[in-house]
Amino acid sequence: MAQGIVTLTSSSFDEIVNSSDKPILVDFWAEWCGPCKQIAPILEEIANEMPNQITIAKLDIDEHGDIAGRFNVMSIPTMLLFHNGEIQHKVVGAKPKARLLEELTPFLPAS
Amino acid sequence: MSNAHKVIIIGSGPAGLTSAIYTARASLSPLVIEGEPSSTSDQPGGQLMLTTEVENFPGFPEGIMGPELMMRFREQAARFGAEFITEKVTKVDFNSRPFKVWIRDTEHTADSIIVATGAQSLMLDLPRESELIGHGVSTCATCDGFFFRNHEIAVVGGGDSAIEEAMFLTKFASKVHLIVRRDALRASRIMQERALNNEKIQIHWNSRVSELHGTDKLESVTLESTTDGSTSPLGVTGLFIAIGHKPNTGLFTGVLDMEDSGYLLTREGSTYTNIDGVFACGDVQDHVYRQAITAAGSGCAAAIDCERWLEHQH
Repeated sequence: MAQGIVTLTSSSFDEIVNSSDKPILVDFWAEWCGPCKQIAPILEEIANEMPNQITIAKLDIDEHGDIAGRFNVMSIPTMLLFHNGEIQHKVVGAKPKARLLEELTPFLPAS
Repeated sequence: MSNAHKVIIIGSGPAGLTSAIYTARASLSPLVIEGEPSSTSDQPGGQLMLTTEVENFPGFPEGIMGPELMMRFREQAARFGAEFITEKVTKVDFNSRPFKVWIRDTEHTADSIIVATGAQSLMLDLPRESELIGHGVSTCATCDGFFFRNHEIAVVGGGDSAIEEAMFLTKFASKVHLIVRRDALRASRIMQERALNNEKIQIHWNSRVSELHGTDKLESVTLESTTDGSTSPLGVTGLFIAIGHKPNTGLFTGVLDMEDSGYLLTREGSTYTNIDGVFACGDVQDHVYRQAITAAGSGCAAAIDCERWLEHQH
Protein backbone atom coordinates (compact mmCIF):
# COMPACT_ATOMS: atom_id res chain seq x y z
CA MET A 1 0.00 0.00 0.00
CA ALA A 2 1.29 3.43 -0.91
CA GLN A 3 2.29 5.88 1.73
CA GLY A 4 -0.55 8.01 2.99
CA ILE A 5 -3.38 5.66 2.08
CA VAL A 6 -5.45 4.35 4.97
CA THR A 7 -6.64 0.74 4.93
CA LEU A 8 -10.08 0.40 6.47
CA THR A 9 -11.66 -2.70 7.95
CA SER A 10 -15.14 -3.47 9.25
CA SER A 11 -13.99 -2.80 12.78
CA SER A 12 -11.99 0.37 12.14
CA PHE A 13 -14.31 1.98 9.56
CA ASP A 14 -16.54 4.08 11.82
CA GLU A 15 -13.82 5.31 14.10
CA ILE A 16 -11.50 6.39 11.30
CA VAL A 17 -14.16 7.90 9.03
CA ASN A 18 -15.97 9.76 11.83
CA SER A 19 -12.84 11.13 13.44
CA SER A 20 -11.13 12.33 10.27
CA ASP A 21 -10.56 16.10 10.45
CA LYS A 22 -10.27 16.25 6.65
CA PRO A 23 -12.70 14.94 4.04
CA ILE A 24 -11.96 11.24 3.58
CA LEU A 25 -12.50 9.43 0.30
CA VAL A 26 -13.24 5.73 0.73
CA ASP A 27 -12.48 3.57 -2.30
CA PHE A 28 -14.51 0.35 -2.30
CA TRP A 29 -12.44 -2.12 -4.31
CA ALA A 30 -11.50 -5.75 -4.80
CA GLU A 31 -8.55 -7.66 -6.15
CA TRP A 32 -10.53 -9.09 -9.09
CA CYS A 33 -11.81 -5.74 -10.41
CA GLY A 34 -9.93 -4.41 -13.47
CA PRO A 35 -11.20 -0.82 -13.32
CA CYS A 36 -10.29 -0.71 -9.59
CA LYS A 37 -6.68 -1.42 -10.55
CA GLN A 38 -6.72 1.41 -13.06
CA ILE A 39 -7.73 4.02 -10.53
CA ALA A 40 -5.40 2.80 -7.77
CA PRO A 41 -2.42 4.83 -9.06
CA ILE A 42 -4.64 7.89 -9.51
CA LEU A 43 -5.73 7.69 -5.88
CA GLU A 44 -2.10 7.33 -4.79
CA GLU A 45 -1.23 10.47 -6.72
CA ILE A 46 -4.07 12.40 -5.13
CA ALA A 47 -3.02 11.19 -1.67
CA ASN A 48 0.53 12.38 -2.31
CA GLU A 49 -0.35 15.66 -3.97
CA MET A 50 -3.15 16.89 -1.69
CA PRO A 51 -2.32 15.56 1.79
CA ASN A 52 -3.69 18.67 3.50
CA GLN A 53 -7.04 18.60 1.75
CA ILE A 54 -8.09 14.97 1.61
CA THR A 55 -7.42 11.57 3.14
CA ILE A 56 -7.63 8.58 0.83
CA ALA A 57 -8.81 5.30 2.30
CA LYS A 58 -9.45 1.87 0.80
CA LEU A 59 -11.87 -0.83 1.80
CA ASP A 60 -11.55 -4.33 0.35
CA ILE A 61 -15.14 -5.47 -0.18
CA ASP A 62 -14.14 -9.14 -0.26
CA GLU A 63 -12.96 -8.87 3.34
CA HIS A 64 -15.40 -6.27 4.60
CA GLY A 65 -18.55 -6.71 2.55
CA ASP A 66 -20.77 -5.63 5.44
CA ILE A 67 -19.60 -2.04 5.06
CA ALA A 68 -20.29 -2.11 1.31
CA GLY A 69 -23.79 -3.40 2.05
CA ARG A 70 -24.39 -0.68 4.64
CA PHE A 71 -23.75 2.02 2.03
CA ASN A 72 -25.63 0.26 -0.79
CA VAL A 73 -22.50 -0.16 -2.86
CA MET A 74 -23.53 -2.34 -5.84
CA SER A 75 -20.69 -1.65 -8.23
CA ILE A 76 -16.97 -1.20 -7.86
CA PRO A 77 -15.03 0.90 -7.90
CA THR A 78 -17.34 3.15 -5.89
CA MET A 79 -15.80 6.08 -4.02
CA LEU A 80 -17.64 7.74 -1.16
CA LEU A 81 -16.45 11.09 0.16
CA PHE A 82 -17.18 11.54 3.87
CA HIS A 83 -16.75 14.62 6.02
CA ASN A 84 -17.69 14.73 9.70
CA GLY A 85 -19.13 11.26 9.26
CA GLU A 86 -21.59 12.32 6.55
CA ILE A 87 -21.51 11.27 2.89
CA GLN A 88 -20.76 14.37 0.82
CA HIS A 89 -20.45 12.79 -2.61
CA LYS A 90 -20.55 9.44 -4.40
CA VAL A 91 -18.52 8.47 -7.46
CA VAL A 92 -19.42 5.24 -9.27
CA GLY A 93 -17.00 3.74 -11.78
CA ALA A 94 -13.43 4.43 -12.79
CA LYS A 95 -12.69 7.91 -14.10
CA PRO A 96 -9.64 9.81 -15.26
CA LYS A 97 -7.90 11.89 -12.62
CA ALA A 98 -9.02 15.26 -13.97
CA ARG A 99 -12.66 14.28 -13.93
CA LEU A 100 -12.41 12.73 -10.49
CA LEU A 101 -10.84 15.90 -9.08
CA GLU A 102 -13.48 18.03 -10.78
CA GLU A 103 -16.14 16.08 -8.91
CA LEU A 104 -14.35 16.13 -5.56
CA THR A 105 -12.94 19.66 -5.44
CA PRO A 106 -16.21 21.44 -4.52
CA PHE A 107 -16.26 19.39 -1.31
CA LEU A 108 -12.63 19.97 -0.32
CA PRO A 109 -11.07 22.81 1.67
CA ALA A 110 -9.01 25.31 -0.37
CA SER A 111 -5.36 24.31 -0.70
CA MET B 1 9.22 13.12 -23.87
CA SER B 2 9.40 15.14 -27.08
CA ASN B 3 6.15 15.69 -28.94
CA ALA B 4 7.49 14.44 -32.29
CA HIS B 5 7.34 10.68 -32.79
CA LYS B 6 8.04 8.10 -35.45
CA VAL B 7 4.84 6.26 -34.64
CA ILE B 8 1.85 6.97 -32.45
CA ILE B 9 -0.38 4.06 -31.48
CA ILE B 10 -3.90 5.03 -30.49
CA GLY B 11 -5.41 2.36 -28.25
CA SER B 12 -4.00 -0.27 -25.90
CA GLY B 13 -5.89 -3.54 -26.20
CA PRO B 14 -4.24 -6.67 -27.62
CA ALA B 15 -3.87 -5.02 -31.06
CA GLY B 16 -2.39 -1.73 -29.88
CA LEU B 17 -0.02 -3.32 -27.37
CA THR B 18 1.20 -5.97 -29.82
CA SER B 19 1.95 -3.24 -32.37
CA ALA B 20 3.75 -1.43 -29.53
CA ILE B 21 5.90 -4.48 -28.75
CA TYR B 22 6.86 -4.91 -32.41
CA THR B 23 7.50 -1.24 -33.21
CA ALA B 24 9.44 -0.83 -29.96
CA ARG B 25 11.64 -3.80 -30.84
CA ALA B 26 12.15 -2.21 -34.26
CA SER B 27 13.57 0.86 -32.45
CA LEU B 28 10.69 3.09 -33.51
CA SER B 29 10.10 4.29 -29.91
CA PRO B 30 6.32 4.20 -30.19
CA LEU B 31 4.10 6.50 -28.17
CA VAL B 32 1.00 4.65 -27.02
CA ILE B 33 -1.94 6.88 -26.17
CA GLU B 34 -3.73 4.25 -24.18
CA GLY B 35 -7.04 5.85 -23.26
CA GLU B 36 -8.34 6.78 -19.83
CA PRO B 37 -9.80 4.83 -16.92
CA SER B 38 -13.48 3.99 -17.11
CA SER B 39 -15.76 1.15 -16.10
CA THR B 40 -16.85 0.39 -19.64
CA SER B 41 -14.96 -1.62 -22.22
CA ASP B 42 -13.59 1.65 -23.61
CA GLN B 43 -10.49 1.85 -21.38
CA PRO B 44 -6.74 1.14 -21.25
CA GLY B 45 -6.23 -2.56 -21.88
CA GLY B 46 -9.50 -2.79 -23.78
CA GLN B 47 -12.33 -5.22 -23.47
CA LEU B 48 -10.29 -7.90 -21.67
CA MET B 49 -10.05 -5.59 -18.66
CA LEU B 50 -13.65 -6.47 -17.91
CA THR B 51 -13.34 -10.23 -18.29
CA THR B 52 -12.28 -12.88 -15.83
CA GLU B 53 -10.69 -16.09 -17.00
CA VAL B 54 -9.39 -16.13 -20.58
CA GLU B 55 -9.27 -19.80 -21.60
CA ASN B 56 -8.45 -19.54 -25.29
CA PHE B 57 -5.33 -17.38 -25.45
CA PRO B 58 -2.55 -19.72 -26.62
CA GLY B 59 0.32 -20.19 -24.21
CA PHE B 60 -1.82 -20.20 -21.08
CA PRO B 61 -3.03 -23.79 -20.69
CA GLU B 62 -4.39 -23.05 -17.22
CA GLY B 63 -6.12 -19.88 -18.39
CA ILE B 64 -5.26 -16.37 -17.31
CA MET B 65 -7.29 -13.46 -15.96
CA GLY B 66 -8.04 -10.83 -18.61
CA PRO B 67 -6.63 -7.82 -16.69
CA GLU B 68 -3.50 -9.84 -15.81
CA LEU B 69 -2.96 -10.75 -19.48
CA MET B 70 -3.24 -7.13 -20.55
CA MET B 71 -0.88 -6.02 -17.79
CA ARG B 72 1.68 -8.45 -19.17
CA PHE B 73 1.19 -7.15 -22.74
CA ARG B 74 1.81 -3.64 -21.43
CA GLU B 75 4.90 -4.61 -19.44
CA GLN B 76 6.34 -6.33 -22.48
CA ALA B 77 5.84 -3.20 -24.61
CA ALA B 78 7.32 -0.99 -21.88
CA ARG B 79 10.35 -3.29 -21.57
CA PHE B 80 11.32 -2.46 -25.14
CA GLY B 81 10.86 1.26 -24.71
CA ALA B 82 7.25 2.02 -25.62
CA GLU B 83 6.05 5.19 -23.90
CA PHE B 84 2.52 5.58 -22.58
CA ILE B 85 0.11 8.43 -22.06
CA THR B 86 -2.99 7.47 -20.08
CA GLU B 87 -5.35 9.88 -21.79
CA LYS B 88 -7.72 9.99 -24.70
CA VAL B 89 -6.99 11.47 -28.09
CA THR B 90 -9.41 14.33 -28.63
CA LYS B 91 -8.66 15.28 -32.25
CA VAL B 92 -6.59 14.11 -35.22
CA ASP B 93 -5.39 15.74 -38.43
CA PHE B 94 -4.14 13.24 -41.02
CA ASN B 95 -4.31 15.67 -43.98
CA SER B 96 -0.60 16.43 -44.06
CA ARG B 97 2.60 14.93 -42.69
CA PRO B 98 3.72 14.70 -40.06
CA PHE B 99 0.30 13.59 -38.82
CA LYS B 100 -1.11 15.50 -35.88
CA VAL B 101 -2.81 14.08 -32.82
CA TRP B 102 -4.17 16.18 -29.95
CA ILE B 103 -4.89 15.39 -26.35
CA ARG B 104 -6.99 18.44 -25.52
CA ASP B 105 -4.51 21.33 -26.11
CA THR B 106 -1.36 19.23 -26.36
CA GLU B 107 -0.26 18.47 -29.90
CA HIS B 108 1.78 15.41 -30.81
CA THR B 109 3.12 14.71 -34.28
CA ALA B 110 4.07 11.41 -35.88
CA ASP B 111 5.44 10.08 -39.16
CA SER B 112 2.98 7.21 -38.95
CA ILE B 113 -0.12 6.25 -36.99
CA ILE B 114 -1.49 2.89 -35.87
CA VAL B 115 -5.18 3.03 -35.01
CA ALA B 116 -6.19 0.35 -32.49
CA THR B 117 -9.08 1.98 -30.67
CA GLY B 118 -11.15 -1.19 -30.56
CA ALA B 119 -14.84 -1.48 -29.94
CA GLN B 120 -17.04 -0.98 -26.92
CA SER B 121 -20.18 -2.59 -25.58
CA LEU B 122 -23.50 -1.36 -26.84
CA MET B 123 -26.07 -0.28 -24.29
CA LEU B 124 -29.82 -0.87 -24.57
CA ASP B 125 -30.55 2.83 -24.96
CA LEU B 126 -33.55 2.73 -22.62
CA PRO B 127 -34.84 5.58 -20.47
CA ARG B 128 -33.23 5.53 -16.98
CA GLU B 129 -30.53 3.11 -18.12
CA SER B 130 -27.63 5.46 -17.41
CA GLU B 131 -28.93 6.62 -14.02
CA LEU B 132 -29.32 2.98 -12.92
CA ILE B 133 -25.74 2.10 -13.82
CA GLY B 134 -24.12 1.14 -10.53
CA HIS B 135 -27.57 0.62 -9.06
CA GLY B 136 -28.45 -2.68 -10.66
CA VAL B 137 -27.62 -2.00 -14.28
CA SER B 138 -24.06 -3.08 -14.95
CA THR B 139 -21.54 -2.82 -17.74
CA CYS B 140 -19.06 -5.06 -15.92
CA ALA B 141 -20.14 -8.47 -14.64
CA THR B 142 -16.72 -9.16 -13.17
CA CYS B 143 -16.83 -5.92 -11.18
CA ASP B 144 -20.37 -6.15 -9.94
CA GLY B 145 -21.41 -9.82 -9.85
CA PHE B 146 -20.28 -10.05 -6.23
CA PHE B 147 -23.11 -7.74 -5.12
CA PHE B 148 -25.83 -10.04 -6.42
CA ARG B 149 -25.24 -12.99 -4.14
CA ASN B 150 -28.55 -14.90 -3.97
CA HIS B 151 -30.33 -12.37 -6.17
CA GLU B 152 -32.26 -13.07 -9.35
CA ILE B 153 -30.66 -11.21 -12.20
CA ALA B 154 -30.75 -11.03 -15.99
CA VAL B 155 -28.19 -10.98 -18.78
CA VAL B 156 -29.21 -9.57 -22.16
CA GLY B 157 -27.64 -11.08 -25.27
CA GLY B 158 -27.03 -14.39 -27.04
CA GLY B 159 -23.37 -14.27 -28.04
CA ASP B 160 -20.24 -15.63 -26.40
CA SER B 161 -19.80 -12.67 -24.11
CA ALA B 162 -23.41 -12.86 -22.89
CA ILE B 163 -23.03 -16.56 -22.07
CA GLU B 164 -19.68 -15.98 -20.44
CA GLU B 165 -21.21 -13.30 -18.21
CA ALA B 166 -24.23 -15.48 -17.42
CA MET B 167 -21.96 -18.40 -16.46
CA PHE B 168 -19.81 -16.17 -14.30
CA LEU B 169 -22.84 -14.68 -12.59
CA THR B 170 -24.24 -18.09 -11.63
CA LYS B 171 -21.44 -18.20 -9.04
CA PHE B 172 -23.28 -15.49 -7.13
CA ALA B 173 -26.88 -15.23 -8.26
CA SER B 174 -29.65 -17.62 -7.27
CA LYS B 175 -30.91 -17.51 -10.85
CA VAL B 176 -29.76 -15.92 -14.10
CA HIS B 177 -32.33 -15.07 -16.77
CA LEU B 178 -30.76 -14.92 -20.22
CA ILE B 179 -32.73 -12.62 -22.51
CA VAL B 180 -32.24 -13.61 -26.15
CA ARG B 181 -33.75 -11.67 -29.05
CA ARG B 182 -34.01 -14.57 -31.46
CA ASP B 183 -34.87 -18.26 -31.06
CA ALA B 184 -31.23 -19.33 -31.12
CA LEU B 185 -27.90 -18.40 -29.54
CA ARG B 186 -25.13 -16.77 -31.57
CA ALA B 187 -22.55 -18.12 -29.17
CA SER B 188 -20.03 -20.83 -30.04
CA ARG B 189 -21.10 -24.44 -29.53
CA ILE B 190 -19.06 -24.97 -26.36
CA MET B 191 -20.56 -21.86 -24.74
CA GLN B 192 -24.09 -22.81 -25.83
CA GLU B 193 -23.76 -26.21 -24.22
CA ARG B 194 -22.54 -24.68 -21.00
CA ALA B 195 -25.51 -22.33 -20.87
CA LEU B 196 -28.09 -24.95 -21.76
CA ASN B 197 -26.72 -27.37 -19.18
CA ASN B 198 -26.54 -24.87 -16.35
CA GLU B 199 -29.61 -25.27 -14.20
CA LYS B 200 -29.29 -21.77 -12.78
CA ILE B 201 -29.69 -20.24 -16.24
CA GLN B 202 -33.17 -19.78 -17.67
CA ILE B 203 -33.30 -18.69 -21.29
CA HIS B 204 -36.07 -16.38 -22.51
CA TRP B 205 -36.17 -16.80 -26.29
CA ASN B 206 -37.54 -14.16 -28.69
CA SER B 207 -37.44 -11.53 -25.96
CA ARG B 208 -36.04 -8.10 -25.38
CA VAL B 209 -35.97 -5.73 -22.40
CA SER B 210 -38.28 -2.80 -23.10
CA GLU B 211 -38.45 -1.00 -19.72
CA LEU B 212 -36.47 -0.68 -16.50
CA HIS B 213 -38.24 -0.17 -13.17
CA GLY B 214 -37.09 0.88 -9.71
CA THR B 215 -36.53 4.20 -7.96
CA ASP B 216 -33.14 4.13 -6.27
CA LYS B 217 -32.12 0.78 -7.67
CA LEU B 218 -33.33 -1.70 -10.23
CA GLU B 219 -36.31 -3.75 -9.05
CA SER B 220 -37.71 -5.25 -12.24
CA VAL B 221 -37.74 -5.05 -16.01
CA THR B 222 -40.41 -5.46 -18.67
CA LEU B 223 -39.80 -8.18 -21.23
CA GLU B 224 -41.32 -7.74 -24.67
CA SER B 225 -41.81 -10.59 -27.11
CA THR B 226 -40.00 -9.99 -30.41
CA THR B 227 -42.61 -12.13 -32.18
CA ASP B 228 -45.99 -10.78 -31.00
CA GLY B 229 -45.08 -7.70 -28.91
CA SER B 230 -46.70 -9.07 -25.73
CA THR B 231 -45.10 -7.93 -22.48
CA SER B 232 -44.44 -9.52 -19.10
CA PRO B 233 -42.72 -8.35 -15.93
CA LEU B 234 -39.52 -9.97 -14.67
CA GLY B 235 -38.37 -9.26 -11.11
CA VAL B 236 -34.60 -8.87 -11.23
CA THR B 237 -32.30 -6.66 -9.19
CA GLY B 238 -29.41 -6.83 -11.61
CA LEU B 239 -29.22 -6.39 -15.37
CA PHE B 240 -26.04 -7.13 -17.29
CA ILE B 241 -25.88 -6.03 -20.90
CA ALA B 242 -23.91 -7.96 -23.51
CA ILE B 243 -25.70 -7.26 -26.80
CA GLY B 244 -22.77 -6.50 -29.02
CA HIS B 245 -20.22 -3.85 -29.82
CA LYS B 246 -19.67 -0.67 -31.75
CA PRO B 247 -16.27 0.42 -33.06
CA ASN B 248 -14.59 3.41 -31.41
CA THR B 249 -14.21 5.44 -34.58
CA GLY B 250 -15.89 8.75 -33.75
CA LEU B 251 -12.48 10.47 -33.95
CA PHE B 252 -12.00 9.38 -37.55
CA THR B 253 -15.34 10.30 -39.08
CA GLY B 254 -14.68 12.00 -42.40
CA VAL B 255 -10.97 11.21 -42.07
CA LEU B 256 -10.63 7.45 -42.57
CA ASP B 257 -12.79 5.29 -44.82
CA MET B 258 -15.24 3.22 -42.85
CA GLU B 259 -18.22 0.97 -43.33
CA ASP B 260 -21.72 2.30 -42.62
CA SER B 261 -21.48 0.52 -39.26
CA GLY B 262 -18.38 2.59 -38.41
CA TYR B 263 -15.76 -0.16 -38.70
CA LEU B 264 -12.59 1.08 -40.43
CA LEU B 265 -11.84 -0.25 -43.90
CA THR B 266 -8.39 -1.65 -44.55
CA ARG B 267 -6.88 -2.65 -47.88
CA GLU B 268 -7.46 -6.35 -48.53
CA GLY B 269 -4.80 -8.50 -46.88
CA SER B 270 -3.10 -5.61 -45.09
CA THR B 271 -3.58 -3.05 -42.36
CA TYR B 272 -3.31 -0.02 -44.70
CA THR B 273 -6.16 2.48 -44.44
CA ASN B 274 -7.07 4.95 -47.21
CA ILE B 275 -4.37 7.31 -45.90
CA ASP B 276 -0.76 6.31 -46.57
CA GLY B 277 1.06 5.98 -43.27
CA VAL B 278 -2.07 5.36 -41.20
CA PHE B 279 -2.68 1.73 -40.28
CA ALA B 280 -5.59 0.06 -38.50
CA CYS B 281 -5.68 -3.18 -36.52
CA GLY B 282 -7.81 -5.08 -34.04
CA ASP B 283 -11.53 -4.83 -33.43
CA VAL B 284 -11.76 -1.31 -34.84
CA GLN B 285 -11.52 -2.91 -38.30
CA ASP B 286 -12.76 -6.42 -37.53
CA HIS B 287 -16.34 -7.37 -36.76
CA VAL B 288 -15.86 -10.96 -37.90
CA TYR B 289 -13.32 -12.65 -35.58
CA ARG B 290 -13.04 -10.19 -32.68
CA GLN B 291 -10.70 -12.33 -30.55
CA ALA B 292 -7.75 -11.25 -28.43
CA ILE B 293 -5.47 -13.45 -30.50
CA THR B 294 -6.70 -12.16 -33.89
CA ALA B 295 -6.45 -8.59 -32.61
CA ALA B 296 -2.89 -9.28 -31.45
CA GLY B 297 -2.10 -10.84 -34.83
CA SER B 298 -3.36 -7.84 -36.74
CA GLY B 299 -1.46 -5.56 -34.35
CA CYS B 300 1.70 -7.39 -35.32
CA ALA B 301 0.80 -7.03 -39.02
CA ALA B 302 0.20 -3.29 -38.55
CA ALA B 303 3.60 -2.87 -36.89
CA ILE B 304 5.34 -4.68 -39.77
CA ASP B 305 3.36 -2.75 -42.41
CA CYS B 306 4.22 0.46 -40.60
CA GLU B 307 7.91 -0.34 -40.23
CA ARG B 308 8.27 -1.22 -43.94
CA TRP B 309 6.32 1.83 -45.01
CA LEU B 310 8.56 4.08 -42.89
CA GLU B 311 11.68 2.54 -44.46
CA HIS B 312 10.42 3.49 -47.90
CA GLN B 313 9.92 7.14 -46.95
CA HIS B 314 13.64 7.89 -46.92
